[in-house]
Amino acid sequence: MTQGKASPDTESAVARSGGRGPRLGWDRGALAQRVAGLPRPVKLALTGLFVLFLYALPLLEIPLISTPDTDFGAVLFTVASYVLVALGLNIVLGYAGLLDLGYVGFYAIGAYTVAVFGSLQAQLSWWVLIPLAVFLTTISGVLLGAPTLRVRGDYLAIVTLGFGEIIRLTALNTEWLGAARGITGVPRPPSVELFDIPHLQWSGATAVVDLDDTTTFLVFGVADQAPYYWLMLTVIFLVLGADRMLRLSRIGRAWEATREDEDAAELMGVPTFKFKLLAFACGAFIGGLSGALFASRQGFINPESFLLLLSILFVAAVVVGGAGNRYGVILGAIVVAYLPERFRGFEEWRLLVFGLALLILANYRPQGLIPPRRARRAQAVDEQLDALEEGTARA
Amino acid sequence: MSFLIDNFVELTVTGLVLGAVYGLVALGYTLVYGVLQLINFAHSEVWMFGSFAAVWVTVALGVAPGSALPIVIGVLLLALLAAMAVSGGVALLLERVAYRRLIRLDAPKLVALISAIGASFALAEFMGLRDRIADFFGLRDTLDPYVRSARDNTRFQNPLQTEGVFTVGGYTVSNVDIIIIVSAILMMVALDQFIRRTRTGRGIRAVAQDSEAAALMGVNRNRIIRATFLVGGIMAGAAALLYLMRFGVTRWNAGFLLGVKAFTAAVLGGIGNIRGALLGGFVLGLAENYGSALIGSEWRDVVAFLLLVVILLFRPTGLLGESLGRARA
Amino acid sequence: MRFSVKTGAPLLAMALALTACGTSGGDDEEASGSGGGEAGTCEDVAIGYFGALTGAAANLGINIRNGVELAVNQFNDENADCQVGLEEYDSAGDPNQATGLATQAIGDETVIGIVGPAFSGESDTAGPIFAEGGLPTITASATNPDLASNGWDTFHRILGNDDSQGPAAASYIQDVLQSQSVFVVDDASAYGAGLATIVEEDLGDAVVGTDTIQTGQTDFSATVTAIRDSGAEAVFFGGYYAEAGLLVQQMRGGGVDATFVVADGVKDPGFIEAAGDAAEGTIITCPCLPPEESQEFFDAYQAAYDTAPATYSAEAYDAANVFLEGILDGNTDRESLLEWVNDYDGEQTTKTVKFDEDGEVENITVWAYKVENGEIVADQEIETN
Repeated sequence: MTQGKASPDTESAVARSGGRGPRLGWDRGALAQRVAGLPRPVKLALTGLFVLFLYALPLLEIPLISTPDTDFGAVLFTVASYVLVALGLNIVLGYAGLLDLGYVGFYAIGAYTVAVFGSLQAQLSWWVLIPLAVFLTTISGVLLGAPTLRVRGDYLAIVTLGFGEIIRLTALNTEWLGAARGITGVPRPPSVELFDIPHLQWSGATAVVDLDDTTTFLVFGVADQAPYYWLMLTVIFLVLGADRMLRLSRIGRAWEATREDEDAAELMGVPTFKFKLLAFACGAFIGGLSGALFASRQGFINPESFLLLLSILFVAAVVVGGAGNRYGVILGAIVVAYLPERFRGFEEWRLLVFGLALLILANYRPQGLIPPRRARRAQAVDEQLDALEEGTARA
Repeated sequence: MSFLIDNFVELTVTGLVLGAVYGLVALGYTLVYGVLQLINFAHSEVWMFGSFAAVWVTVALGVAPGSALPIVIGVLLLALLAAMAVSGGVALLLERVAYRRLIRLDAPKLVALISAIGASFALAEFMGLRDRIADFFGLRDTLDPYVRSARDNTRFQNPLQTEGVFTVGGYTVSNVDIIIIVSAILMMVALDQFIRRTRTGRGIRAVAQDSEAAALMGVNRNRIIRATFLVGGIMAGAAALLYLMRFGVTRWNAGFLLGVKAFTAAVLGGIGNIRGALLGGFVLGLAENYGSALIGSEWRDVVAFLLLVVILLFRPTGLLGESLGRARA
Repeated sequence: MRFSVKTGAPLLAMALALTACGTSGGDDEEASGSGGGEAGTCEDVAIGYFGALTGAAANLGINIRNGVELAVNQFNDENADCQVGLEEYDSAGDPNQATGLATQAIGDETVIGIVGPAFSGESDTAGPIFAEGGLPTITASATNPDLASNGWDTFHRILGNDDSQGPAAASYIQDVLQSQSVFVVDDASAYGAGLATIVEEDLGDAVVGTDTIQTGQTDFSATVTAIRDSGAEAVFFGGYYAEAGLLVQQMRGGGVDATFVVADGVKDPGFIEAAGDAAEGTIITCPCLPPEESQEFFDAYQAAYDTAPATYSAEAYDAANVFLEGILDGNTDRESLLEWVNDYDGEQTTKTVKFDEDGEVENITVWAYKVENGEIVADQEIETN
């Protein structure tokens, strides 16, 4: 496939009007285009409303969206932690093009740092633990990347897969790390008790405010999952902002160049190895952060929470959503984390259905649910070239 | 350390037996990678289906251990054929359902990986739910011996009794050990000759080398891809029977771990390299056994993966390098 | 302004569509039963099964679920005017999924008792949530001793924990088998490793070697070599039946004839299925009474599921029956059912059930079982000192 080695993504209208004719990817709907054409204050207001809606989700418990067979707040947290992980993996996989099948290793290091230094071996404060977890994971990302990033392409996949397994097996077989029994009493985020927010109770299409079912703002307790979701959501917005800045910077362009053609990038003066390492470190940072938050929500971790399968699901989230597009991978993470919980009604069949869904999504949306703009541009260019060469558009 | 030295022969032989199975499964990964540059993640399920086919043949025939030798050989051959046929069939199905459309669209490699992962989940769960599926079609009672305890281990009633053949260094090498190692090497040689000498083999090499040029020279690329999947599946079927002769049980999710190991073996030997697959399998099997003996079984996978990393650092394309396309007739 | 009207229309349409869909969703909600259970009647009362039904540990979970299901079905057949529902919470054995499911369970007022959580790991995350919701639980399989000391007043365990079973296994090996040298293997699971550690401590100098395998592993050649090299007279394995079957088969295949001693996680037809003839002579310790004393349950299970009761099926059946008897007695809310369970003192199929303050079952008798001619038969009661 000919890849467009064009300038990085910008919000310019030129990029959007680039494609014509049939596409594999996502066509911007009429609604989306209309929203894009709105004046700035209206756009801001709409965005604000949407953000508010996201925060209110666990309270609204909207029928159909809400999960009937498991707690919706907990599912939202799981989905949000997948989203954060997917954003991190997107830097490694989508931007820099490095296939990492051991991403769960970073997730595990983050979680274990919080658990080991917060409960098992020391009782540090939560405010110290989170930065410590992120720091240690980033270091481990660099330590893993330094030797292995010299290995190319698919070899990297198996090396990282091995890394993920080594982390899990080390935790499983080391008494100091809690071994198979895991670690209990992982510190939760400090609570501030401010006020109660009632949930909605739905009966048919009408909603009633249920005063018996409330969430206390902001208490990180055992049963109520909503505050953890809010925390995770806030972190996601911060990471999204940083991600956007990185992507538009020189670093983002260097990653893109490295991914498309490493030799060419090197010839053009891009120190590809350094940038790959940076991508790895950024990915590790976010993975570790996600793992640390996961551990402090769960209150307990054991090695079984960090199986190889999880790495594979993370990669699936990024690819299904559209590697390289941050909104795509968010959607992908939602698909991968939310669907199996939503459709618990299938009971034993749900993993079979999930597998088939992945198969179908991959085959009928090969560019991802929301492909990166670059892929869409490249495809449009491809089609134009084909049309020029053959005189007709390819079927 | 003295434990390793005292039991060196035993650890070596059992390591080679395990390595032979890894090597045969690794072939499937290597062939597909050589031709398509794709990690066929669902290959482990191809193996798993083959293992069930072999089990079902023995269930259907109901042969007790200790039967006359011709019967034993006949049953084993039938089980081998069934395993190869089913594995080959599943591999072809996989190519049709999970890959063909994506190959035609020239989709990114990662998408094919996800497609294969989805297929892998679906196939494994299908086997794990076979009792429920039989229920659904009202065949539960008819098929009971084949579908019972679907989530549990299923035992392979090996018609061949394990017997010691000769003793070396304190270890009695059994007939099963010999059969497994020898068959793995024989199959590898046969496959190597097939790739080198036959028309299809030449096609496979041509597509591996440069698929567009091969197409221009009149090679039917789609046919070659199908042939590659079929051959990989057949090898996995053979591996399935050999595995059952040694380890005796299979289950719906047994493929996953074995698949990871076999893929590691393929990379270790040099992915895309047929001889490398067997060599990688042997090296991995030995490393696991020696590693277990030195520092305990709980660290065997850690040893295996560390070995992989070290080898890739010094030989970035594996022990024998990538060479499916470069092999000359 | 034109913009807002234009965007407003589709948004409104979407809102309407959502509302319309919402109606059908709401119906489902009602069908599954809502509204608080009124004390004194049997309406809208359910007990839950909490554990794996999918995933790698599905086989263990299904055995437990079947035990609970059998108890509930029998109860409903006998009591036409008191129908108890069964809610299944499939955690896949994953502590993360367990969090959401436990929260869901405490939010569902109709569920007043839980059999489970099945594994120690998920118990660690679900336990505090059940405690907060006041929802009584009886686990039929999680044997980590620490679970009882977390101060969860809803926690009960209907079988002996590792601390009670480990010493029994050790004393059987020493006093009955009179083995001077024992090799201890565990499967690195919370259950297996915990048990093996206790057996190792109790046996002291008699332990001539140890090894740890992984769940899901199928090749044990290095472990078998180590066992033979140690010349042990007995091998203790802490773990579940899937690996136990493979291990003993490869031990016999490798020419090791040491007595194979395992615990209740192996008391399952699946063990014999996997090991075949190699299973002969295996000693299985279990804090449960022999099935001859509960033939009725054995036959009913066999009739319903076409297989003999498997690991923890009987314990699950007992746990469910403790709840069901309480419901029949009129304890149809969580608080009174919890009290009922705390005060319970009665005969069940596996043992006399009476819980102590921590929720551990009192008077645990550990029995040794033996595999003979492909059947697990009772051998003798184990005396611990």
